[in-house]
Amino acid sequence: MKSDRRLVRKGSLEKLFEVLKGDNRQVYAPFSRNGRTTYRKTEKFSDIATDYIQTTQSSKEVSFPRTEKILDYSKNEDGMSVKGIEPDQIPQIMLWGIRPCDALGIGELSSIFNWDYKDEIYNNRLSKVTVLGFSCGKADEYCFCTSVGGNPGNTDGSDILFTQLGENGDYLAEILTEKGEKVIALSPELFETAGNIEKEKFLADVPVKFSHKEIFGKLEKFFESDEWVEQSLRCIGCGACAYVCPTCACFDIQDDSHGKLGSRVRCWDSCGFSLFTLHTSGHNPRNVQSARWRQRIMHKFSYMPERLSVYGCTGCGRCSRACPADMNILEHLISIKEAVL
Amino acid sequence: MTNNLYMPYQMKVERITYEAPGVKTFMLRFVNEEDQNKFDFRAGQFGEYSVYGVGESTFCIASSPTRKGYIECTFRQTGKVTNALSDCEEGSIIGFRGPYGNTFPLDEWKGKSLLFIAGGIALPPMRCVIWNALDLRENFKDITIIYGARSTKDLVYKHELQDWGSRPDVKLITTVDPGGESPDWKGEVGFVPTIVEKVAPSSMDTIAIVCGPPVMIKYTFPVLAKLGFSDENIFTTLENRMKCGFGKCGRCNVGKVYVCKDGPVFTLAQLNKLPDEY
Repeated sequence: MKSDRRLVRKGSLEKLFEVLKGDNRQVYAPFSRNGRTTYRKTEKFSDIATDYIQTTQSSKEVSFPRTEKILDYSKNEDGMSVKGIEPDQIPQIMLWGIRPCDALGIGELSSIFNWDYKDEIYNNRLSKVTVLGFSCGKADEYCFCTSVGGNPGNTDGSDILFTQLGENGDYLAEILTEKGEKVIALSPELFETAGNIEKEKFLADVPVKFSHKEIFGKLEKFFESDEWVEQSLRCIGCGACAYVCPTCACFDIQDDSHGKLGSRVRCWDSCGFSLFTLHTSGHNPRNVQSARWRQRIMHKFSYMPERLSVYGCTGCGRCSRACPADMNILEHLISIKEAVL
Repeated sequence: MTNNLYMPYQMKVERITYEAPGVKTFMLRFVNEEDQNKFDFRAGQFGEYSVYGVGESTFCIASSPTRKGYIECTFRQTGKVTNALSDCEEGSIIGFRGPYGNTFPLDEWKGKSLLFIAGGIALPPMRCVIWNALDLRENFKDITIIYGARSTKDLVYKHELQDWGSRPDVKLITTVDPGGESPDWKGEVGFVPTIVEKVAPSSMDTIAIVCGPPVMIKYTFPVLAKLGFSDENIFTTLENRMKCGFGKCGRCNVGKVYVCKDGPVFTLAQLNKLPDEY
C-alpha cells in the first residue's frame, strides 16, 4: 500500500490519544522514571515521555510477554482438564511512540515465530497491536540502525509513522497500513492534508558502520576464531542483552503449579545463560561463555539472514546500553569486520 | 484456540514396563479417539512428554509407526520431569505433543542390509526403526543388531532382545562392558566399538544406524570407516536440549542447523559439515 501523508498539529496529539484510549483499547506508551523509559499502559497524555532517544526496554512485550500462559490445567476427580488461551482474552493495543528500529524488529521477531510452524499465540497478540511509530530526531553513539537495514525514519513495521517537523513542530503522519487507516477513521479531522514535506531534513544522522555483506561474509568463516573468546572475556552471562532486545525470541517453557490448578508458561530466556543448553547428562554443547556469545552474534547476523532472510538485529543499541560489563555490540561487529582471517 | 502449538494430546499411561534400574517404558494411548485417528508419525521422530505441574521433557517415540493406536516411550529417571513421570501409575494422564523432527529414510533403504549399533539408553530411538524394519522384513536383506550396555542389568528391552535373538532373520549381538557381566552372561564382553570391529559386519549394500553415548559414537565411526562404510551410509540421531520442538525456542541448534527441525536424524556426512557444537 502506498503511504498516505497527512499533517497532525502538535496540539492534536492529545486529542488523538484520548480517542485511541476508548472502546476496549489500551494505549501503551513510553513512560520515564528514574532515568528509565519503559512502555506501559497509559491513561494520561501528560504521562507520555517525549524526550527519549530509545526506551530502556523494547516494545516486544506486547506481542511476546516475558511470561505468558500457554495453557491452564486443573486436576479433578474425573482426571485432567486442560485449556488453551483464547484469542478474545487478548486486548487491543495501541502501541504509541515506538522507534523505527523497534517497528522493524516486529518483522524480525515474527519471522522466528512463523518459519515453518506458525505460532498462533504470538500471531494473535500481534494481530491486536496497532503500531504508531515515531521517527528519531536524535540518536546516540549506540545507535546503528542504518547498518542493519533500518533508518531513523524507516516505515517498516509501523501502521502510522509520525515524524516531528523540528523541535516543538507539528507532525507528518505517514499512514502505511489498513490498521493505520482505521486509526484515521476514528478522528479524521485531526489528520490534515500535508503539503510537500521533506521528512529527511528532520531525521537524526546515524552513520553507516558496516554493510551486511561485510559481516555475513566474514562470519561464514569465523566460527573457530579466537575473537569470540577475546570479545566475551568480560561477559558475565547475565542475559540483560537478550531481555532488552527487540528481536530476541529464545524462550523457556515451565509449569507454574498451585496445588490442583496451574498453568504452563512460556518465558523469556537467553542464549547467554550457562544452563540454556545444558543436557541432563551434564554435557553442555555451549560450555563456555565464548561459545554462547558466538551463538548470539552468529544467530543474529549469520543464521537468521541465511535461513529467514532477515537480521536478528535492528541496531537499536539497547544491549550495549544495558550491559553491566560495558560490552558494545557495535564495537564487536566492527572488530569482526576488520578481523584478518 | 484453534491452533495452539503447545497444547499437548492427553495420553493415558496404559502399561508401565520396568526395563533397567531407573529406566521405564510407558505405553501411551490417546484419551480422545479423534486425536488418535489423526495422529501419525515416522521412525526417528520425537515429542515433548509432560507431567502437568512439573513440566515437559523431550524424548523419542520408541514404538514403531507400524504399530497403530498407541505410542511408547522409554526414559531414564534423571531430572525433574523424568522423576515425575516415573512416579506415574498405570491409568495416569500425561501430556504429549509431537511428532517433531525428520525421520530415518526407511523407504530409501529398501533392498539393503541394516546394521544397528546401540549403546545403553540409546536403544529406544533405534527400537522404533528396528521394529519398523522387522514389520516390513521383506524390504530388507540382512538385519544385524549390536547392542551394548554397561552391565547386564543396564540392558533395556530384555524380552525383546530375547525375541530378536531367537529370530532366524535377525543377527543379534549383545555385549556388556568388561566387569559388567553376570555369571550366566552368554553374550560378548567388551566395549561396543571393539565388538563391532570383532564382528566385522559387511558394508556391502548396508546402512549403519548408530546411536549411543558420545564416547561410543566417537570410537565407532572410525571402525565403520575401516569396514568400508561411507559417511552417507552411516546414520545417527542427535539429542540436544529442547523446549519447543519446532525451531523457535533457540537452544538445540548446531550452527545454523536446528536439531528439532533439520534433525534429529543426520548422516555422518551431514554431521561432518556441522561445527563442533553438539
